[in-house]
Amino acid sequence: MDKVVDVVDVSMNYHTLEGETQAIRKLNFSIANGEFVSIVGPSGCGKSTLLSLISGIIMPTSGKIFVNGKEVTGPSPSVGYMLQKDHLFEWRTILKNVTIGLEIQGKLNKENQEFVEKLLKEYGLYEFRNYYPKQLSGGMRQRVALIRTLATKPDILLLDEPFSALDYQTKIAISEEVWLILKKEKKTAILVTHDLAEAISMSDRIIVLTKRPAEIKSIHNIQLTCDFRTPITCREAPEFRVYFNKIWKELDVHV
Amino acid sequence: MYDENKENIVSEEYKKYLTSHKRFRLAIRVSRIVILIFIFVFWEVAANNEWIDPFIMSQPSKIYNTLTSMAKDGSLFIHTGVTVYETIIGFVIGTLLGSLIAIALWWSDFLAKILDPYLVVLNALPKTALGPIILVWIGGTTKSIIVMALLFSIVVTIINVYTAFRNCDEDKIKLLKTFGANRKQILQKVVLPSGITTIISTLKINVGLSLVGVIVGEFLVSKAGLGYLIIYGGQVFKMDLVMSSVLILAIVAAVLYLSVLWIEKRVLKMM
Ligand SMILES: Nc1ncnc2c1ncn2[C@@H]1O[C@H](COP(=O)(O)OP(=O)(O)O)[C@@H](O)[C@H]1O
Ligand SMILES: [Mg+2]
Repeated sequence: MDKVVDVVDVSMNYHTLEGETQAIRKLNFSIANGEFVSIVGPSGCGKSTLLSLISGIIMPTSGKIFVNGKEVTGPSPSVGYMLQKDHLFEWRTILKNVTIGLEIQGKLNKENQEFVEKLLKEYGLYEFRNYYPKQLSGGMRQRVALIRTLATKPDILLLDEPFSALDYQTKIAISEEVWLILKKEKKTAILVTHDLAEAISMSDRIIVLTKRPAEIKSIHNIQLTCDFRTPITCREAPEFRVYFNKIWKELDVHV
Repeated sequence: MYDENKENIVSEEYKKYLTSHKRFRLAIRVSRIVILIFIFVFWEVAANNEWIDPFIMSQPSKIYNTLTSMAKDGSLFIHTGVTVYETIIGFVIGTLLGSLIAIALWWSDFLAKILDPYLVVLNALPKTALGPIILVWIGGTTKSIIVMALLFSIVVTIINVYTAFRNCDEDKIKLLKTFGANRKQILQKVVLPSGITTIISTLKINVGLSLVGVIVGEFLVSKAGLGYLIIYGGQVFKMDLVMSSVLILAIVAAVLYLSVLWIEKRVLKMM
């Protein structure tokens, strides 16, 4: 399979007046087309920084990142980014929220407008298109945020703890839904999460990072025996607990 | 989503709550009017019985006479019109110019850092002190008065609007950046719209400040307007004229404030 994301010797230092923070050190990994990869690691270790680097909104101190074989030099339409909160704009309707990316990229033509409407219809939000965000529940808002990301037709989705602001039940339901949507749309996804069960249930592969500066501690290929794998069904797989305990120990959480 | 059937069923208790609430609001309104009537009646009676000196305190009946004669010869409307006109012009220019400067500061962090101490000092400085300077520089014209009104409102506008821009959610900006937004798009799509509520709430402050600036300007220029009437009346000891003008000024201030409130409601509804 082709590598859609290739991270080569990437280091990232932040400079502030308080001092220099080494967030990422000499990171190397790559991600294949259609893969779902989760990144877990202690909080503050540099996970969000890594996603920002891949999305091209910040540049690495050293090393290179390639997306679809091209070196990242700035934000590109082939990468979509979903943040922890939905960040819907309260003054825009759902439809106008969903099309903001297209608006910015100057691609708000009839064809894309129809594509967005198709997405809204498919994922049960079309009848809410003229509503304002505050009229929607947390789960629906997060779905709108996903469609906003999909609207610009990225190949790769970066998800930075997108479910952590939701209550437990909504979180399970929405992560299932998002996973199905991403598989259906055949997207490559990188998920940052601190929820280990979520990571195992959704991913093909999990990258465990050390504490700051982030280096790769280990990589796990997740293989779960269950028919019709979806995040919810595979939580019943016998290997689930094994992965959980193994990675939990590696994360070395001290309470 | 709400259940429509539920909305129609109103319990007895809730009805009682609504009536008592209505009664409470009515009591407040009546009390306000009673206090106003009481003040005027007491003022009139006290002046008639010479408990207070009507020459320096004036009295409602004389204020009424002054106002009617001013209304007859039209001077009431001319002076009120002048003050309102100057206030509105000063207010509009102050708000627009202030917001534009705030945008410039948001755009250039360098500029903002440089101007910061100047803004702080200008904000703290009593603008009245600049009156004579403006009078000398620009001359005793309407222009000077409008500049005064502008001075009073512009610094507050710059500071409030710029602070609102700065407080714009960093993650919302980050979101737009992931779509490749440039600085102008970030300003247009998120910084301005999320700052609009602050801009509108500074309007309420500005209209009052502009009026202060206009009155101070009219004191100095002394040609026309309610401020001129007040200072003139004071100088020639026509307290009836002073009190009448202050009364009109109070009404003008209230009407201007309510107009801005009305605009605010309209704009917020549109969003
Ligand atoms: N813009 C920034 N300037 C300076 N330091 C930063 C900045 N962003 C993040 N950091 C620092 O880099 C480290 C990694 O941050 P982050 O990538 O957000 O971690 P994580 O997402 O894993 O919790 C933290 O110590 C954080 O304080
Ligand atoms: Mg983070």
